Amino acid sequence: MATSFTRMISSRNTAVIVAMGAGTLASAYLLNDSTAAAERMRRFYPPSADYPDLRKHNNCMASAMTPAIYSRLRDRATPNSWTLDQCIQTGVDNPGHPFIKTVGMVAGDEESYEVFAELFDPVIKDRHNGYDPRTMKHPTDLDASKISSGTFDERYVLSSRVRTGRSIRGLSLPPACTRSERREVEHVVVTALSGLKGDLAGRYYSLGEMTEREQQHLIDEHFLFDKPVSPLLTAAGMARDWPDGRGIWHNNDRNFLIWINEEDHTRIISMEKGGNMKRVFERFCRGLKQVEHLIQERGWEFMWNERLGYILTCPSNLGTGLRAGVHIRLPFLNKDPRFKKILENLRLQKRGTGGVDTATTGDTVDISNLDRLGKSEVELVQLVIDGVNYLIECEKRLEKGQDIKIPSPIPPFRK
Amino acid sequence: MPFGNTHNLVKLKFSSEQEFPDLSKHNNHMAKVLTPDLYERLRSKETPNGFTLDDVIQTGVDNPGHPFIMTVGAVAGDEETFEVFKELLDIVIQDRHGGYKPTDKHKTDLNADNLKGGDDLDPNYVLSSRVRTGRSIRGFCLPPHCSRGERRAVEKLSIEALDALTGDLKGKYYALKNMTEAEQQQLIDDHFLFDKPVSPLLLASGMARDWPDARGIWHNDNKTFLVWVNEEDHLRVISMQKGGNMKEVFTRFCTGLTKIESLFKERGRDFMWNDHLGYILTCPSNLGTGLRAGVHVKLPNMSKHAKFEEILKRLRLQKRGTGGVDTAAVGGVFDISNADRLGFSEVELVQMVVDGVKLLVEMEKKLEKGQPIDDLMPAQK
Repeated sequence: MATSFTRMISSRNTAVIVAMGAGTLASAYLLNDSTAAAERMRRFYPPSADYPDLRKHNNCMASAMTPAIYSRLRDRATPNSWTLDQCIQTGVDNPGHPFIKTVGMVAGDEESYEVFAELFDPVIKDRHNGYDPRTMKHPTDLDASKISSGTFDERYVLSSRVRTGRSIRGLSLPPACTRSERREVEHVVVTALSGLKGDLAGRYYSLGEMTEREQQHLIDEHFLFDKPVSPLLTAAGMARDWPDGRGIWHNNDRNFLIWINEEDHTRIISMEKGGNMKRVFERFCRGLKQVEHLIQERGWEFMWNERLGYILTCPSNLGTGLRAGVHIRLPFLNKDPRFKKILENLRLQKRGTGGVDTATTGDTVDISNLDRLGKSEVELVQLVIDGVNYLIECEKRLEKGQDIKIPSPIPPFRK
Repeated sequence: MPFGNTHNLVKLKFSSEQEFPDLSKHNNHMAKVLTPDLYERLRSKETPNGFTLDDVIQTGVDNPGHPFIMTVGAVAGDEETFEVFKELLDIVIQDRHGGYKPTDKHKTDLNADNLKGGDDLDPNYVLSSRVRTGRSIRGFCLPPHCSRGERRAVEKLSIEALDALTGDLKGKYYALKNMTEAEQQQLIDDHFLFDKPVSPLLLASGMARDWPDARGIWHNDNKTFLVWVNEEDHLRVISMQKGGNMKEVFTRFCTGLTKIESLFKERGRDFMWNDHLGYILTCPSNLGTGLRAGVHVKLPNMSKHAKFEEILKRLRLQKRGTGGVDTAAVGGVFDISNADRLGFSEVELVQMVVDGVKLLVEMEKKLEKGQPIDDLMPAQK
């Protein structure tokens, strides 16, 4: 079905292919305004007049930005006319926290990572432990059969979950998308999801159209997402036109869930109560592959390349975009002063059970992988499985009054 | 976003129907006026600075409004917005400003001598008096669209002009990003400090970008004349003092504004103004005079009277809590100000406030004594 979208995509794909092959600088479009006034403005206000004041800032963008980089990139734009100022606005508006280093920039489209590579590459390196997009390749592996010992002791592990995101190639990302692009993302994904069968069959709830009863059901299941309030997200423009084009899809079994047009085109979540991480990951991979196949039947594909893996809005989610985690009870270990170091060496992260930025309630913590880029999905999930098993061993030893050891550190990615 | 918007050209590849916003649950002036046809006619336009229709309406799309309060739902990114998107904004203006027609002319009158009375409002009731307005500097984009360079240029020009004020208007500028803790506390204590906007109505239009870069507060040594730089408008100018001498407040207001305008002119800069829309500001609700003249006044008995709202309406006045718009009254003390902005001159609006408040205080005194106020009921202005 040749819509205006498919026609646009065929021309955009060409640009992308040219960009990938010809190197980063060739793909940049100079802002080519139809108005002389805008041209005059750019000359009247050189990049130095517009350079942001980042002296009180503590985010990856502010650490990487220099006047020279800004002056080289300010007047460039992606084929969708997305500019550097638009990428960095969230980092300018949100100086960050003295203890938490946020990323401070977003992509408006797939090409942002190429056109503004001079800034994105050092930010990616900073955020992803030295991963260098210029020289390294990211491995993708969604073969769940490779996972070993993926079932946890359920006296400790209460639930297991894997999430990631996917972007539809040819359509702009949430900070930049027009209303029709956003609606097209919704249409493409919902159409594909309606083709899922068996244990993956489910239904879609549009945020703008759901009934009160449907809304309550989604809240009770902890599936509902709200309009973002975090200034990190709103400053990037991803909440525009809310709730137009947004929605939630879940399967009848309620263990496979997809968010549409929240922070990314799609967020895909597989979860269940208990400790069967292997099954959660198996369903995750199966579901992802089927959705990919279903969109390919209609001429679409996911944004992906071998430097950066899956392309998402925030650079922190590049690569796998994957967070695999458990809710786990570790009363002894949680109080042990060595817990932090053990997690660090296992490349795991602890969060409260409300998600990022929440505190722990009781002794239940959320444990998940720290890394996203440079290791495959299988590697990261295996790392979480092995790590959580180790934590359970530690807990059991502490229960019996035995000593525990800090494991040797796992490297962030193979160089 | 500044410096042109070729993103709009990309959008034009999609059809108007595909792009038209869903306004079915909306209740603001923009949503009432914008039809798919109008959207189609205007979507390909942009101002010389690249401000587009979607830029104008984004805040109205993102903030459906309230069933009882009618917000505007549109902003200007530059002076030309009101020309280029006339077809939409003329009707929004008409709806918001009591039927003001596209052919009407607005008169400006900043001669405080033309105000009759206003120096004798009873200070036992009238606790404080205040007049505010806004001004935009011609040649610069407005807060929703300006670049950092432009915003800084507005700040620099404003500081230069304000630094040249003398006499009882002499004062000092405090940049938001440079002030010391002590300065900040003093400004808070004086109720002068403004914060980064939190209202989604303002945030959605992009005016809080790059906060607090190039924002600041200037006030005179006497603390009776205050200017906000680069908050919701280029300049917000406020004259105020305790008590009921509105005449003095308005005189200082006019003198100060006129002086500031001539200081800008000396530097080759005009304020945005035309004879149809008066002074041009970011929000269409502030066109014309951009003026809100008000008092904090004790009206515990009046506020309980069944006809209070009706009286205010006839006097063309508006009540707010003493915390400003969207706050509740505390202890029977109300903020009473003019409801209109466009189609009346500054003198006319302040006269309405002076005459209206005088009448309200008279009525309050009568009610205190248990006397009726029916013979004092005003006609509709």
